[in-house]
Amino acid sequence: MERFVQVVVDGVATGSIYAAVALALVLIYRSTTIVNFAQGEMAMFSTFVAWGLYEGGVPLGLAVLTTLGLSFFAGMAIERGLIRHFEGGETLTLVIVTLGMFILLNSLAGWIWGFENRGFPSLFPDDSVTLGGVRLSVESLGIVAVLLAVVGLLTLLFQRTKVGLAMRAAALNPDSSALVGIRVGHMLMLGWGLAAALGALAGVLVAPRLFLDVNLMGSVLIYAFAAAALGGFDSALGAVVGGWIIGVSETLAGTYVDFIGSDLKILVPLGIIFVVLLVRPSGLFGQSEVARA
Amino acid sequence: MTDRRVRIALVCAVALVAVLIPFLFGPYRVGQFTLVLIYAVAALGLNLLVGYNGQISLGHGAFFALGAYTGALLIEKADVPYLATLPAAGALCFAAGYLFGVPALRLRGLYLALVTLGLAIATPQLIKRFDDLTEGTQGLTVEQPTAPGWTGLADDQFLYLLTLAAAAIMFLAAWNLMRGPIGRSVKAVRDGEIAASTIGVDLAATKTRVFALSAAYAGVGGALYVLALGFVAPEAFTLTLSFAFLAAIVVGGLATVSGALLGALFIEFVPVYASDVNDALTGVIYGGVLIAFMWVLPEGAAGLPRRLRELVLGRRHPEVADREDHLKAPVRGVPAGKA
Repeated sequence: MERFVQVVVDGVATGSIYAAVALALVLIYRSTTIVNFAQGEMAMFSTFVAWGLYEGGVPLGLAVLTTLGLSFFAGMAIERGLIRHFEGGETLTLVIVTLGMFILLNSLAGWIWGFENRGFPSLFPDDSVTLGGVRLSVESLGIVAVLLAVVGLLTLLFQRTKVGLAMRAAALNPDSSALVGIRVGHMLMLGWGLAAALGALAGVLVAPRLFLDVNLMGSVLIYAFAAAALGGFDSALGAVVGGWIIGVSETLAGTYVDFIGSDLKILVPLGIIFVVLLVRPSGLFGQSEVARA
Repeated sequence: MTDRRVRIALVCAVALVAVLIPFLFGPYRVGQFTLVLIYAVAALGLNLLVGYNGQISLGHGAFFALGAYTGALLIEKADVPYLATLPAAGALCFAAGYLFGVPALRLRGLYLALVTLGLAIATPQLIKRFDDLTEGTQGLTVEQPTAPGWTGLADDQFLYLLTLAAAAIMFLAAWNLMRGPIGRSVKAVRDGEIAASTIGVDLAATKTRVFALSAAYAGVGGALYVLALGFVAPEAFTLTLSFAFLAAIVVGGLATVSGALLGALFIEFVPVYASDVNDALTGVIYGGVLIAFMWVLPEGAAGLPRRLRELVLGRRHPEVADREDHLKAPVRGVPAGKA
């Protein structure tokens, strides 16, 4: 029983990381209906920057905060400099462009930092606490706490501030928003910036659990996609709940189903994506699409 | 009319060069050109799906791998004559593509991209998982076809010409299919699903069949690949391969038959020269090229002559204009570049 609880808590922690990436995907999808395939690689690149700063002697906390800031501006720059040109175009065009970014960032990181594995220090002490007779690692609890804090901050931003209101308006109806004086372009840039920072956060959280290399986020991205599909691509709440469900089912399947083991765990999110899209394509919390001829 | 004559002359010239290649180059180069033809078959299959039908697959490396392992196992474990492995791999991949395509039908645009991306990522692991059959990371060695004595050809020349014959059949079939009524309904689905269904195109059947056909092309490519290399291992079928196919059709030209060949030249020779500079350069070029082509030349290298003619004559070919406007059409009322 103790082991079961540990596995579940561990799953929720992993799921929180997926949820962070899924939130980033949802942020961009809601404002621009683009699914950013490069989200994971942007996060991997950011994590390498944080690692570089840390290796250069910057304290870990400061290195991570600096990276989050840099990622925010880099995300805005990518939207303004590249994505803006394609916005409103065909899905196929945008998928190809974000995939191009995926390959480009992956290879650039390999060029700059090499292809070998590196250790990444954890933000949390390597300790455990006993709760109700079950030993839980501080890291797992810390990751869940960070995610909850992020969700709280995002909720505040979108529900309680003027900028958040403008962002929601710009996503909902760009034309009318522009008419009432909202700088729609700026709002989209802001969305990409926030998404990049969220991805970077997920990167520095997941890196200590895996090894830092250029393929750090490859499978994380698939899990995040599954989380977003399960929760509904247009629902932030869905992304978080979806992330947790994916994280828990992944760790449970990896631990208790022999055939799956650790190397075929990737099939779990794929199966989930398939089932969700067949049974309820809009996801658990998403709104179904209405097509107009 | 002149347009048609120019085109026929061009096809004849390409065919002539293609037949002469094994007699002009050494065995190493001939081997490279054999691979070009193989990639061209797979890229053509992907182009049927992406370019002509507007569906997105990032996982064609998986079908290529399935075809390769089918060919390898049939030859090594079942002693099937090598020529018979090509249709067998094609048929199996057609069936696999059909089964995959049935649920994939409901996965529009993005979701299909997602699922196929996952498939591409999982492929090497899946191959390793079934190691009783595939020998895992060790890979399978396959006996390659040798040139029959009466031809007087070296083995590499024979392999090349064999591949060329197979590729020519696949290209002719695709070209014929896409210019006829089936091709028109395939393109109609891409250009407007609702409109296509109102004029009687069965969306579900069209999409699944195109997906299956495109998987079959990748499968035949995979079976040819085994004959050409005499060896298969899971490392050959990573995500990079699927991305390379996508880069090939974007560079060569979406929805063109000739683009597959141009794209295959690109993905065979760029890595050869790029890896001299840096291991990462190939990826940088692929990524940069995907973005740059979508920005500057969405119709790919096959569209370059048309584009140049426009520049010189100062007007757009009506068909190209149509396709371009479609690619750039604002979907949600955000004028492109003006939001």
